[in-house]
Amino acid sequence: MLPIFSHILFVLALSPLLLGVIGKTKAFFAGRWGPPLLQPWYDIAKLFRKGVVYSTTTSWVFKLTPVVVMATALASCIFVPWGSIAPPVYFWGDALLFIYLYGLMRFFLIIGALDTGSSFEGMGASREAAFSCLSEIVLFMDFILLVMVSKSLVLCNMLNTGFFSSWLSMGPVLVLVAVSFFLVMLVENSRIPIDDPNTHLELTMIHEVMVLDHSGYDLGLILWGSYIKLFVLGSVLVSLFVPAHLSPLTGVTFFLCGMGVLGITIGVVESVMARLRLNRVPHLLIGAFVLATLGFIVILLKGA
Amino acid sequence: MSFERFYVHNGQAWALAQVPVLDEVSFRREILESCAAAGRLVSLFAHGPKDKNICIYAVVGMDHEGRLSVFSMQVPAGKTGFESLTPVLPQAHLFEREIAEQSGLQPQGHPWPKPVRRHQNYSFYQIHSEEVHEVAVGPVHAGIIEPGHFRFQCHGEEVLNLEIQLGYQHRGIEKMMEEISLERAVLVAESVAGDTVIGHTSAFCSNIEALSDTQVPLQAEMIRAMALELERLANHVGDLGALSTDIGFLPVSAYYGRLRGEFLNLSMELCGSRFGRSLCRPGGVLFSLDEGMIDDFRRRLLKAKKDFTDVAELFFSTPSVLSRLESTGRISRQAVEQLGLVGLTARACGHERDVRTDYASGMFRFHHIPVSTASSGDVYARALVRRLEAQRSIEFLLEALQQIPSGELLNKPSRLKPDSMALSMAEGWRGEIAHVAITDSQSRICRYKIKDPSFNNWMALSLAVRGGQISDFPLCNKSFNLSYAGHDL
Repeated sequence: MLPIFSHILFVLALSPLLLGVIGKTKAFFAGRWGPPLLQPWYDIAKLFRKGVVYSTTTSWVFKLTPVVVMATALASCIFVPWGSIAPPVYFWGDALLFIYLYGLMRFFLIIGALDTGSSFEGMGASREAAFSCLSEIVLFMDFILLVMVSKSLVLCNMLNTGFFSSWLSMGPVLVLVAVSFFLVMLVENSRIPIDDPNTHLELTMIHEVMVLDHSGYDLGLILWGSYIKLFVLGSVLVSLFVPAHLSPLTGVTFFLCGMGVLGITIGVVESVMARLRLNRVPHLLIGAFVLATLGFIVILLKGA
Repeated sequence: MSFERFYVHNGQAWALAQVPVLDEVSFRREILESCAAAGRLVSLFAHGPKDKNICIYAVVGMDHEGRLSVFSMQVPAGKTGFESLTPVLPQAHLFEREIAEQSGLQPQGHPWPKPVRRHQNYSFYQIHSEEVHEVAVGPVHAGIIEPGHFRFQCHGEEVLNLEIQLGYQHRGIEKMMEEISLERAVLVAESVAGDTVIGHTSAFCSNIEALSDTQVPLQAEMIRAMALELERLANHVGDLGALSTDIGFLPVSAYYGRLRGEFLNLSMELCGSRFGRSLCRPGGVLFSLDEGMIDDFRRRLLKAKKDFTDVAELFFSTPSVLSRLESTGRISRQAVEQLGLVGLTARACGHERDVRTDYASGMFRFHHIPVSTASSGDVYARALVRRLEAQRSIEFLLEALQQIPSGELLNKPSRLKPDSMALSMAEGWRGEIAHVAITDSQSRICRYKIKDPSFNNWMALSLAVRGGQISDFPLCNKSFNLSYAGHDL
């Protein structure tokens, strides 16, 4: 049990920090000081001190949603390695469970949003459902490639590609996987250029509009859950670049630096480009799918 | 036609008796004929003095001739309506609805007799269908903006219709103008729309000056023109920043935001208010610039000019920005003509409509600012016109700084002329502001009609989002950035 708890504590503690890094990077590009690095932490602390307001039209589904979001986020994190710290739980096929945990999270976010009966949240739910159809395919395609490279269906083995061995032979494929996974990660976490987490314009939102009616610690749970989701999906990406067989300390340091670089990269992407028009988002996802397919063809030609 | 047309100029006063009074048929024919001949309804309003019959006044502007034709129609006692012009002249629709609300005269045959500001139990236009959903936004919004209600009929993400409901900011300004002293009236004029203080106040002052035959000192004319352009700069730059915020292009939005502050601070230096309050007063202005301030202004303007050029270059050359702005919220040239749209909305569709050029008054008789237009009529065009106008306003200010005349600042206005009427227009940053004042036999203002450009242009927003994506609405809305307060009065 102890490794599981320490794994969960690690992600609970560090996931808000990634958002802090993104915020600081964006502030730097805007020529501002920006909010403190620990601001996401303060936000969560603030929300957990507040009470909750429930609309009379909502049912138990709405109340269950924040719990499910947090639970699935935490459950997903025990399958990913932090650098050279192996995940506490792994088994044959856990990669599928990993993907579907996020499917469950999304399902509850969507029905929780529909439960409010608000037209805004209905729009957000329909957008989320439409885009996730496409992003899930890309996510699967990326995982299929990793399975083919690593010959394993265990998530931590798939990610533990061994930087020097696999990258030398399978470099192009892994680059394609990394790029398309990065795009999926932006879509899944509602970042610019797909969604703008900072906007106050309900009509343009995707993720934010679905949680408009949540308040207090419920909102805190959802917020924290989405921080964890970004952190875990980010760690999947970073793990691809962590060399195998490092000492625990160097491995973790390498991993944390990688996460820092990831935060800065997301911040830079969000600073140098405007948000896409909503009906262009599928084009981006199709692009990501094409990249993954290209990797697939390379593997077929090369013979993994 | 058996009457002689009565033409006036911007900022002129005349005796009420000079205005031709027509019967209903020829009044209607005159409006239709002059609008068919490149004219445009500048104002159409009812005036009902206590002991007399209601009179409807029309001001038709001939933009290319720079002349304004004024005529009126006496509504016979006991009559409760008049034949609506809207079915043949769509640009009259809101004016007629306003007349119905303010005087009780019903425009008969009006296709959309909806209240303008006071609405109770109004049922919105609805499409009954399993597939169409309705989205209601406001009147309380998520941002710190004014209240207004928007009702969308959507098919998926596509907007089929948008109905806009305003009036939440109605403060009874026109009525107030008739009841308060001139000293207070100027403060009310400053509050018509908080972001167009100079525009409205200079139109108000110009009316009072015309009605009292007051000569405004040249220096005051120059300061007013400069303040008007500073107001335009601050708002245009702020709007470009707001557009970049809406598309999530944050660095540029922060930069524009800072630049807006620079221009507001210049207003602050000039008159002690970032929004130009307490600068214009009937008869002149209260503040001017001394030698040291002129140098300081020039230095700061040159710096701001360089910064603005840089950031606008970045904004207008970033592909993701252009792809977001182009062909979003397009309105046609034809719509501009039919609805009588004004200001930068009209100029973004290729119409050279600009009060500073068409009906030049004050300092703009001597300094011509080129009219900036774009042709595509979309969000991009409106952003581009803002950029061009901001550049030209900076040029004007730099030039004006070298030529501020010396002399008086304020000639106190004398008593107003009795039974007179005055009309003043100004090109506020949104577009044409038109104020009409009528005095009674005791020289008191007995009717004050204000038309903010938003009054003409709100309909354009409805058209712009029709057939577009609902997620593009905030961007379209910001590209017009219309005033709720200016419309609601």
